[in-house]
Order: sequence, then structure tokens, then C-alpha cells
Amino acid sequence: MAEAPKMRPPIESGCPDPFQYMHPLMIKNFGNWAYHDRPRPGVLHHVAKSGDEIWSIRCGTQRQLGPYEINLLCDIIDKFGEGYVRFTIRSNMEIMVSKKEKVEPLIHALEDAGYPVGGTGNSVTMISHTQGWLHCDIPGTDASGVVKALMDDLHEEFKKEDMPNRVHITTSCCQINCGGQGDIAINVQHTKPPKINHDLVANVCERPSVVARCPVAAIRPAIVNGKPSLEVDEKKCICCGACYPPCPPMQINDPEHSKLAIWVGGKNSNARSKPMFHKLVAAGVPNNPPRWPEAGDIVKNILRVYKKDAKDWERVGDWVERIGWPRFFELTGLPFTKFHVDNWRGSRYTLNASAHIRF
Amino acid sequence: MAEMKKPKNPEKHSTYLPLDQKKSSKPFHKTPLLDQLESGPWPSFVTGLKRLALNNDMMVDLLGQLEHSYKTRKGYWKGGTVSVFGYGGGIIPRFSEVASMFPESKEFHTLRVQPPAGNHYTTDMLRKLSDSWNKWGSGLIAFHGQTGNIMFIGTTSEKTQHFFDEINEYGWDLGGAGPCVRTGMSCVGAARCEQSCANEPKIHRLLVNDFLDDMHRPALPYKFKFKVSGCPNDCMNSIQRADFSVIGTWRDDMKVDQKEVKAFVKSKSRKYVIDNVVARCPTQALSLNDDDTLAVDNRNCVRCMHCINVMTKALSPGDDKGVTILVGGKRTLKIGDLFGTVIVPFMKLETEEDYDKLRELSHNIIDFWAENGLEHERCGEMIDRIGLSNFLEGIGLEVDPNMITHPRTTSYFRSDDWDQEAAKWVQRKAAG
Ligand code: SF4
Ligand code: SF4
Repeated sequence: MAEAPKMRPPIESGCPDPFQYMHPLMIKNFGNWAYHDRPRPGVLHHVAKSGDEIWSIRCGTQRQLGPYEINLLCDIIDKFGEGYVRFTIRSNMEIMVSKKEKVEPLIHALEDAGYPVGGTGNSVTMISHTQGWLHCDIPGTDASGVVKALMDDLHEEFKKEDMPNRVHITTSCCQINCGGQGDIAINVQHTKPPKINHDLVANVCERPSVVARCPVAAIRPAIVNGKPSLEVDEKKCICCGACYPPCPPMQINDPEHSKLAIWVGGKNSNARSKPMFHKLVAAGVPNNPPRWPEAGDIVKNILRVYKKDAKDWERVGDWVERIGWPRFFELTGLPFTKFHVDNWRGSRYTLNASAHIRF
Repeated sequence: MAEMKKPKNPEKHSTYLPLDQKKSSKPFHKTPLLDQLESGPWPSFVTGLKRLALNNDMMVDLLGQLEHSYKTRKGYWKGGTVSVFGYGGGIIPRFSEVASMFPESKEFHTLRVQPPAGNHYTTDMLRKLSDSWNKWGSGLIAFHGQTGNIMFIGTTSEKTQHFFDEINEYGWDLGGAGPCVRTGMSCVGAARCEQSCANEPKIHRLLVNDFLDDMHRPALPYKFKFKVSGCPNDCMNSIQRADFSVIGTWRDDMKVDQKEVKAFVKSKSRKYVIDNVVARCPTQALSLNDDDTLAVDNRNCVRCMHCINVMTKALSPGDDKGVTILVGGKRTLKIGDLFGTVIVPFMKLETEEDYDKLRELSHNIIDFWAENGLEHERCGEMIDRIGLSNFLEGIGLEVDPNMITHPRTTSYFRSDDWDQEAAKWVQRKAAG
């Protein structure tokens, strides 16, 4: 027997020390910053207690970068910046410089190369998104495409700070909703139970774990065509797709019946109100590549109404709490249906148990 | 949709696509749907993919498969098992279900790599990572995935090992995938933010790097995520997205620079300050005095950060800093979305002993959950199933009214040992 090639054991170094890549002013003033302001959209200006100042220029990217983009952006950062960059949680780049004079030339260089500067303060910043058809094994849609199409439309709002408060939009390509909570969220919503390929189930799926995965206990073991398989009580099934990842023969994605739903009012920050989950406002929206115009129209309409009606510092969720849901549906023109009424366990507290009614 | 301006220097622009310099041998597939995502002012990922396909047959077929998904509205990847020597996780294997049509991208695996705490990079390091990935993979990198990983997207099983060997030698390690401790996240924090009340990179690395065995060799009930935000603005979305959320806060009085308050009132108007600062405080802890200074009822301030966000120069967190810890946040699967729950209202993090306590708490929680969690049950779901009190008992913490929104409203419960439990509280209070 041939000797197995010698393998190199991994170095389990874990999360790297950031100080080796950090701008020197950030190291020097670590934990000793005094205040910040925003001289213009896309630029943060932080002042340290030592009197040191640092400017961070924020630009949008396509999130997935190749060597051309990386080198193009790094060339700009080396020439107009100081070689230091970080990424925000929403895939924006922040390029740090120690001199005010460097800010404008850096902005011009980024915009000349097609990278928009903005995404700070009360803007519509980059949409946080998942993998979709490009790489995920269970997606009902393509996040990158939805985001590209919407950011083309919202590009001006990214570059300005004209909204009542910041707007965080998220997308998710399945109902696990990895995109997270958003002021507005665009998520896949299936409308038909999984289609089961009974020939494959026994070989591919660990049946007890699939049964256990269903949130509404709609799956049970069964013998179909003489083979061990699974069956779904289609009346009980809520079409969530939770059974699909552990059992790919239970195909949930459907070119026609996998739709999109729009949710509003999610918020992660503790500012003012406690963190909030987003709430359903529209479903049955066509999953329509390559530009998803129907979903885009609903989002833009909600943003237009929010921008006009909300007061300063109100996030979408804060705003709807003030004006109430009836007014939200009135102002946006979205239909209110029985599907908006929550019936998940513990949801009765979401019903109005008072005489508080706005007229 | 706004149209794009003509680039000044087309060769140095996100739209640059020198089709005449194509080096890959395979001709491009027709991609009429994806082509529609190349117009418009936002940088196009499709143009980026095409640029990669100029040099790389794998990306030629990847574009073909993606177009096929756009046309048929379905995904065509399935999972499998791929890992590097010595590890059981960290790679997302992808095998194409339409490999007969697009053979070059039949394997298209992703490596999840942990970024530095706070996502800091030098351009030198970005270029170096990009060069390594261009050598061993498709060249495509996502900064960053929703869990926080750098995602090196697209390579074959064999090359994952070569790529990992190369970058592991210069300081990079894989993150988590599967039922394990996952890559953590922390905000920019103390490195640049005056609102930071904690040493985020230290907390992040102390927690995650203490569980590397649980990260690299998945054997927990399900995923477990640590996230660290320096203040209650929670820029890392940790309350909603982390099983273990650490949030910087302070317990003494916030700092008020009355001179700056007056200057702010003068520049913005009294009405603005009343409407946007005083009236927006969730606990009515603020009041504007007749002389345009600000009165703060610190005992009732809940550290929401709003007033500090608005008046960045005049107001800031106090000096007695520490962290609040919440446990059990997650998204929809399986029982619905859950926010984290406060289990430690305040923990001082100053001395190494303080940090040891944090480390110990994280171990107690993961051990208890590993023991008691059902298969595929997140920590928050377990707490939902067994109740917070049982969880606290399991990890050795006492109940505290900061953990609840309000006490029980239903009379159907057993209270046999009320006196003992009440005595514990009295004792704890007496002990201070
Ligand atoms: S789609 Fe959801 S509800 Fe329907 S069977 Fe599968 S897991 Fe159960
Ligand atoms: S931080 Fe929030 S709760 Fe505290 S005083 Fe300011 S607005 Fe009120």
C-alpha cells in the first residue's frame, strides 16, 4: 500500500488580532474618542480626546469582489487614502484617513471608479443579503440580484441623508430568513407544500430528524410505492420549507408558487424603543428575476410614504407605532388581509385588547 | 432608475469588461437575464462574475448555471461533505445538480474564514488574500457573509486544502459551519467610536478563541453565535442574531457637557431639542431647563442611547463601564424568531479576573446546552422549552428583575417553597 501523503496539521489561530491591520490613529486612541459628526453624507469624522482626528469615507460595493475590484479599490485606497480599510456589517467599505484634505479627492476617486459614497446617517444604506442562487443549497430566489436591482433604484437615497432616520433593508432567499430583521425586509414566502420525490427519500433523508424538523408536526413516516418515505399532511403544512434542507427530495422551491413577502418595522438598536421584529405587510409578490419590479415598487412606495409622514428620528417601526397599523395600510394603499393576523403560538398579545382606535 | 454617467477612465471602473482579452478557453453562455443586471449605477456583481470568467472556465459555467437559475427560478446546488485535514467544519460544499450542462463548475465550494475582530484590513492583506484565492479558487470573495465570515466562494475539493494551507500559514483560520460555535462578530467599537463602553475585540477573541475545538469539530446540538456590540445601539444586531450577546453599557451617571448642550440648543432651537431629544426619551428621564441646560434622571435612564446619538458632543456614557449579557437570540427556524433575554444585567470587565468570569459563564452555558439541548435546538429554543428559571439554575445564576418585562400574570403555578426563595433574595440583598 502506498504511504498516504503527509498532511499539514492546521494552526488553530481562530479570530485574528485586529490591531495588526488597524489604522495607527485607531490604535493610538483606542477607547479614547471624544465625539463624532458627519461633515457630509458618506463621511464620518471622529475626534479623539487627544485631539487627533480621523475621517472615514464609506462606499458601497457589490459585496462579492474579485481580484479586479479588490486591486482597483486597494489602488485607490493606497493612492488617496492611507492603506487602511474596514467593512461594515452591511458590506460597505470604510476607508480611514488622518487629514481632512484627503477626503474630497478620495470621494472623487471612488465615485469615478463607480463606487458610490454614502450609506451613513439617515440614508438608505446597503441592503444586507444572503447567497441565493449563486451558492446556497435551498434558495427560492437570488439575493444579489434583488439587491442590485433595488440599489440601482435607491442609489440616490444611499448618497443622501434625507430619510427621517436610517433605513436598513434586508433580504432572505428562504423562510429561515438569514437576512435578519429590517426596517423593510424582502423574504421568500412559499405558498405550496413540498413536492416529494418518494424514490429518493429513503436513501437521502434521515427520516426521524426530518419529522422532528417540522414546526407544525405535519410530516409522518409512510411507505409509498413499497419504499419507506415520508408524507405531509397538506392541510397542516404551513409551507415553511424547514423540511427541505435535511431532505432535499422534499422540494419546496417552485418557480411559480414560491413568492416574496414584504415585512416592515424591524429594528435591532435599543435607541428609544426596545428592539422590534418586523411585521408582515405584503405577500404573494411575484419572484420575478432579473429585476423583481413588483417587490421593488412596494418597497419604494413604503419608503416614499415613510419619508413624507415620519418625524425626525423615527425608524420605520417607531413611525408605524405612532400612526398605527390602520393608517399604515391606508397611506401605503396595501391591502389588509386575514393573513396579517398572527396565529402562531403565543401571538394573542399581538391583537388589540383595548378601546384604543384612531379615527 | 438613474442612469450611469460615462466613466472618465473606463479601464479603472466597476463596469470595465475587456471582452477582447478573454483568456478562458470556454465560450460564454448566453446570459440575457443576467445581462440586465449590468446596467444601473450600483456596482454590478454580474460584470464582476464576467470579469472572472474572462480568465477562468469555472466561472464561465458558473455564469451559465446562474442564468439557468434566473430562467427556471430554481437553485441547483446540493451540499455534501468536504473538509480540510484536521477539521470537521468550516467549508460549505456545493455540488451542481446541473453539472452535465455546466461541468466546469460542478464543484463550487466555499471556505468560511474568520475576519479580524472589527473587520479591519490593510490593503496589503486584502491583496494577499485575493492573490491566494485567485491561485486556488474562483477569485470571488464576499466581505462578509451574514454570520460574519469572509467567504471565499468557488473551488474544488482538492484545492480547498491547498488554499487553507496557504492562508493558514499567514494567520487566517476557518470559521464554523454546522452544529458548532460559529464565527463571532464585533463592532468597530473602542477603535473609533466614542460610544463604546467595552473592549470589543478583546471580548470577541476571548470568547470565540476559547471554543476553537467546538468550532472546528462540530458536535453541539446546533449552531452557537457570539456577537459583541460596544453600546446599546447594538450595531452587530446581537440581541436578535446571537445566542450569546455582549453589549457595552455603564452604571454611573451619563456625562453631560452643559456648555455643549447650550450650544446645541442654540444651533438647533428649543423646539428641536424638546421634540427630538426630551420627548423621545423612552422613560422621560430628560428635561430641558429654563437656562437651556439638560437635567438627566440617571436612575431612570435605561441606556437606550438615543439622546447620546443625537447630541454626540454634549452627552456621553459614564465612566463605570461594563457589559449586559443576553442569551438566546435567533431567527425563524424552528419555533419562530426570538430575541435574546438578559441573564446578566451588568458585569464589570476591567481586571483579568473579570474576564475569567465572562469566560466561565460562556462555558457554563455551552456545557449546559450541549447536555440538555435537543438535536437541532438553538439555546434560545431550549430556554423556551425548559423555562428561564431552570436554565439559570443549570448555569448557576440567580434570578433578577432585570431579566423580565413584568412578573407573571397567571395564577396557575406552584409556589410551595415561596419562603425559601424569598429568603434567598433577602440574603442576596443583605450580602450586597
Ligand atoms: S414545509 Fe414546513 S410545515 Fe410543511 S411539511 Fe415541511 S417542515 Fe412541515
Ligand atoms: S440614553 Fe435613552 S433612556 Fe437614557 S436619558 Fe437618553 S434617551 Fe433617555
